[in-house]
Amino acid sequence: MIGIVGYGAYLPRYRIKAETIAQQWGSDPESIKRGLLLNEKTVPGQDEDTITISVEAAKNALKRARINPQEIGAVYIGSESHPYAVKPSGATLVDALGIGPHVHVASYEFACKAGSEAMYVAYSHVKAGEMKYALGIGADTSQGAPGDALEYSASAGGAAFIMGKENVIAEILFTHSFTTDTPDFWRREGEFYPRHAGRFTGEPAYFKHILGAGRALLEKSKLSPKDFKYAVFHMPNGKFPQEVGKKLGFTKEQLETGWIVPWMGNTYSGSSPTGLAAILDEAKPGDLIFMVSFGSGAGSDGFILKATDELPKVQNLAPKVRDLLNNNKIYLNYGEYAKFRKKIKVNE
Amino acid sequence: MKNVARYHREIPQRYRLEAGKCTNCGYIAFPPRLICPKCKSKKFETIRLSDEGKILTYTIIRVSAEQFSKQTPFAVGIIELNDGVRLTTQIVDTDLNNIEIGKKVKIVFRKVQEDGKAGILCYGYKAVLV
Ligand SMILES: [Zn+2]
Repeated sequence: MIGIVGYGAYLPRYRIKAETIAQQWGSDPESIKRGLLLNEKTVPGQDEDTITISVEAAKNALKRARINPQEIGAVYIGSESHPYAVKPSGATLVDALGIGPHVHVASYEFACKAGSEAMYVAYSHVKAGEMKYALGIGADTSQGAPGDALEYSASAGGAAFIMGKENVIAEILFTHSFTTDTPDFWRREGEFYPRHAGRFTGEPAYFKHILGAGRALLEKSKLSPKDFKYAVFHMPNGKFPQEVGKKLGFTKEQLETGWIVPWMGNTYSGSSPTGLAAILDEAKPGDLIFMVSFGSGAGSDGFILKATDELPKVQNLAPKVRDLLNNNKIYLNYGEYAKFRKKIKVNE
Repeated sequence: MKNVARYHREIPQRYRLEAGKCTNCGYIAFPPRLICPKCKSKKFETIRLSDEGKILTYTIIRVSAEQFSKQTPFAVGIIELNDGVRLTTQIVDTDLNNIEIGKKVKIVFRKVQEDGKAGILCYGYKAVLV
């Protein structure tokens, strides 16, 4: 059996409410909240970035996996907000957690699906018999331009997954990836904020790729949506995952547990992985889980997982996603938020 | 320019709270030392300190060194870890009014310093209230 042997999530404690952002730009808070189904989002502290979020998420994954970090043979961090343009985030992480130095490390990028990529390759290494354990992480501290629709969603957080063969808590049964050249969202080298093609981001991008990967997964597995207890999709806002789930044949109840976006925002590479972590917090042995990520540019990675008898033994060994979402929140006003996110020009 | 060599040398302490435990008398040196101040032994084993502890004392910094000026006001505390070792660090992610002597904290991994716009990023430990 091959799959997840430990998982962990991390979310910053700071929050900003959708209405705080709406008031700043003279928009109607209620129409934003209704239109995007977003109430608030996480904001990283001034001392937090993709590296620190990855370290905290991976610490929680190690607590659940209960393995010697030295046995981890690969570490991949997927993010579109790696703190360095040149210097891998994972190099810091391995030294922080006592992994390596005999370890393969790389940074992945693919807009919002870099995290599922990291999971995919980590899983494949273990499946190929190359190593005992491999760690895949999705984490981001993404930015939307001030006043842009993305500002309501772009948030911070991440999740980490250790893949292995012994004491598997969620077996990975099937995977599938689907990729085309689709210019829906991008950021050129040296630009601070990303650009998006407005309405073009929906149908030809998000929906086409998730449906492409999702339908292929169902076909491959010969399973139907009703066989699953849970489903989670990339969550750029509250609405899209519900619509794409419906198109694939999933119900609102199947989506509910992983649908954390109204209170978390879009954690980009951490989005569907953190949703998966929220599902693993609650799943019972035998439950089937359907997950499809999406990254602009564009592509989707899909996984079908099955919770094992080992899962209940580890669920309480580290903080759960709902606890991270609900506890110790600190609300920021727009000025504090702008300072935290370095949106204010200051003299260096 | 930050002293890159020194930062690199201190990574085991800054990232993993590695300390030296005297194999003769049990004294824990953080940062590690060559000679035990208690029994003068030179034999140490490397241990990782507990990542939980409590606030012994703290102060609020309102006027700071230049590189931390955008974080003011912030709290710096002396934390006693569960293994008895004391360290000085920032207490973050809380309203400053919530900080009290005796409160439990957890050590977290954070960015401690940025060397200007183009230099290295320095990571290490800070404390958050549990
Ligand atoms: Zn001694």
